[in-house]
Parts: sequence; structure tokens; C-alpha cells
Amino acid sequence: MFGSAIIVFRETLEAALLLGIVAAAARNIPGRDRWLLAGVLAGILGSLVVAGLTGRIAEMADGLGQELFNATILGLAVLMLGWHNIWMARHAQSMVSEARAVIADVADGRRDLSALAIVIALAVLREGSETALFLFGLASGGQAPGQIVGGGALGLAAGAAVGVALYAGLLRIPVRHFFTVTAGLVLFLAAGMAGQMARVLIQGDFLPALANPLWDTSSVLPMDSPAGTLLHVLAGYDARPSGMQILVYGAVLLLILIGMRLVKPLPRRAVAMA
Amino acid sequence: MKILSKAFLALVAILFAGAALAADVEVALVIKDHRFIPAEIRVPAGKKVKVVVDNQDSTAEEFESHELNREKVIPGTSKGTIFIGPLAPGKYPFFGEFHEKTAQGVFIAE
Repeated sequence: MFGSAIIVFRETLEAALLLGIVAAAARNIPGRDRWLLAGVLAGILGSLVVAGLTGRIAEMADGLGQELFNATILGLAVLMLGWHNIWMARHAQSMVSEARAVIADVADGRRDLSALAIVIALAVLREGSETALFLFGLASGGQAPGQIVGGGALGLAAGAAVGVALYAGLLRIPVRHFFTVTAGLVLFLAAGMAGQMARVLIQGDFLPALANPLWDTSSVLPMDSPAGTLLHVLAGYDARPSGMQILVYGAVLLLILIGMRLVKPLPRRAVAMA
Repeated sequence: MKILSKAFLALVAILFAGAALAADVEVALVIKDHRFIPAEIRVPAGKKVKVVVDNQDSTAEEFESHELNREKVIPGTSKGTIFIGPLAPGKYPFFGEFHEKTAQGVFIAE
């Protein structure tokens, strides 16, 4: 039972941490809970469909359908996260200065929430479909249903607890710095996902690896250590990244930063002087 | 910003110049009774290798290797392709995440 709990925990962790960050980043936007819950539910539903279709997806494109599918999901999530950060760069200031005040333009807030709900749904879909496949395997391998459900629930609860802890921790950050911190977290999340997308495409030989690996820090910070896992999920840490991964990571980081800089409203003082 | 983008382009140029165009080598790997067969595979160093994993079990397995930086779910009774390398000479262990106790293997690049 513990074996299955650990695997379910590992798969849940990524989605749970993402949900914790996104829920924090979207605080003060009205209707947040409804949208994020819809994202989670859509993701769970989708993961069951994907798990059912895995055999067919895997055999598409000469046994590389899974890589194309995962790369598409990651790419979409990067787009949505990037869009959120650029949108937020425009709104964060008014959210801070008006403290608890909500966004004036509800429709505008709804667009951001729908992008974030899609990010959540995609993350749950990706991790959930792998979890479902693993649990199906246990079931057809003759393990008792009670054991499978118990182990799965334990892993899920542990993963969710880490996500909730991150969310609670983020809320303790003073409002003044709050949106800077969440913007930073989302920025690295997006870049990390872009790097993972590149890794998946290299694995399928759709992209050249270039230098492979560009460096190796596995003896300092191994991927399977708790810190390595956390950094992997939060910032796309990879102990042995290829050159292409770093290239894509850097490019996405730079593009989102430029986007955030371009839409940022002028400081009030400058506006008054103009 | 201009300097940054120039540095970025330079990095792109360097990395692409370093990309070797090696011919593909294909190896087959079977998963049966939650074990990899063969558990030890020799592959040429310095070449890109196409690994075709044939999962003959009815349950899914996740091929994973930290050393190779690879991770892929292979559904039950189906085949999947994973590209690895070009590798420096050495040992590259891999395992099946869903049955880690039994599903263990290693690539030996030489």
C-alpha cells in the first residue's frame, strides 16, 4: 500500500504545488474558487479519458504520440502562465494599492481566471492520467481494491497537503511584496515547463539535444532528493539538462520578462509629471 | 536588452555548431513480468540510439532514467520509442517506476 501511496504522491505533488501557486497568484480576483475547482474537475475527467486512450496515443506517430501530446500540453500551459504574468504586470499595482479591493473590470478578471483554470486542468490531466494508468495496473495485477484505494487516497492527501502548505505560506507574505513573489514563481514555473517540453521533444527526436548534457549536478543535487524534486517542480531543475533545454528555458524566461516590462503602467509620479 | 539578445544568439550559434550528426542505431528492449529483457544493453558511445521498448505485460510501465534524463509511460501490450544519446562511455541505469523492485536495467555505452 505504501508503494502505491508514494507513486500517487509523486504524481500529485506537481499538480498540487502548481495549484497552490496559482491560487495564491489569483487571490483578490472574484470567482477564483469556482474557476480553479472547474479546472481541477475538468483535469480529472480528462485524465480518465487520456488514460483510456493511452494505448492509442502512444502508438501514434511511430510510438512517439505521447511525446507530441505531452509537449502540446506543456506548451499550452506555458502560454497560459506567460499570459497570466503579463496580464498581472498591468494589474498588480492597483491590487496592492487598493489592498483588498477587487478588480474593477470583472470580465477582464474572468479572462485571467479562465487561463489559470486551463493551466490547472492541463497539469491535473497530465499527472492524473499517469496515476490512473498506474492504479489500473495494480487493479489488473490482482491487488485488493481496498489497498489500491487506501494507498491512492493516502498519496493524494499527502500531495494535497504540500500544496495547501505552500499556499498558506505564500499568503503570509506581506501584500507589498506578494505579487512580486507570485509573479517570480509563475515565471520560473513557465520556464521550467518550457524546458520540460524541450526535453520531451528531444526524447522523441523532434529537436536536437545540442550539448548533452550541458552540465551534470547530479552528485551535488540529485533529481530524486527532496530538494531536487521540489526545485524540479517549481523551477524546472534538471541535474543533466541538454543545451536545447537551457536554450528554450532561457528564451521563454526572457520573452515573458519582456512582455511584463512592455505592459507595465508608468509609475504614478511619472504620469503626474507628464 | 540588445546585449542580452546578442549573447543569446551567440549561444544558439555555438550550441548548433556543436550538434553532431550521428547515424541512428536501433536497439530493442522487452518488458515481461515487470522485468527488462535484456537487463544489460551495450550501445555505441557518441551516437544517437533509438530504443524501441516492447511492453508485453498487460499493465503499463514507466521507463525512467535519471542518468539519461528520460521518462516515458509504455502502456500495456504496446510499443514505445525513446531516443537516447549521443552518450559518453559509461553506465546508464534505468528502471520501471511502476515496478521498481523488479524492473531494473542498464545501458553500457562503449
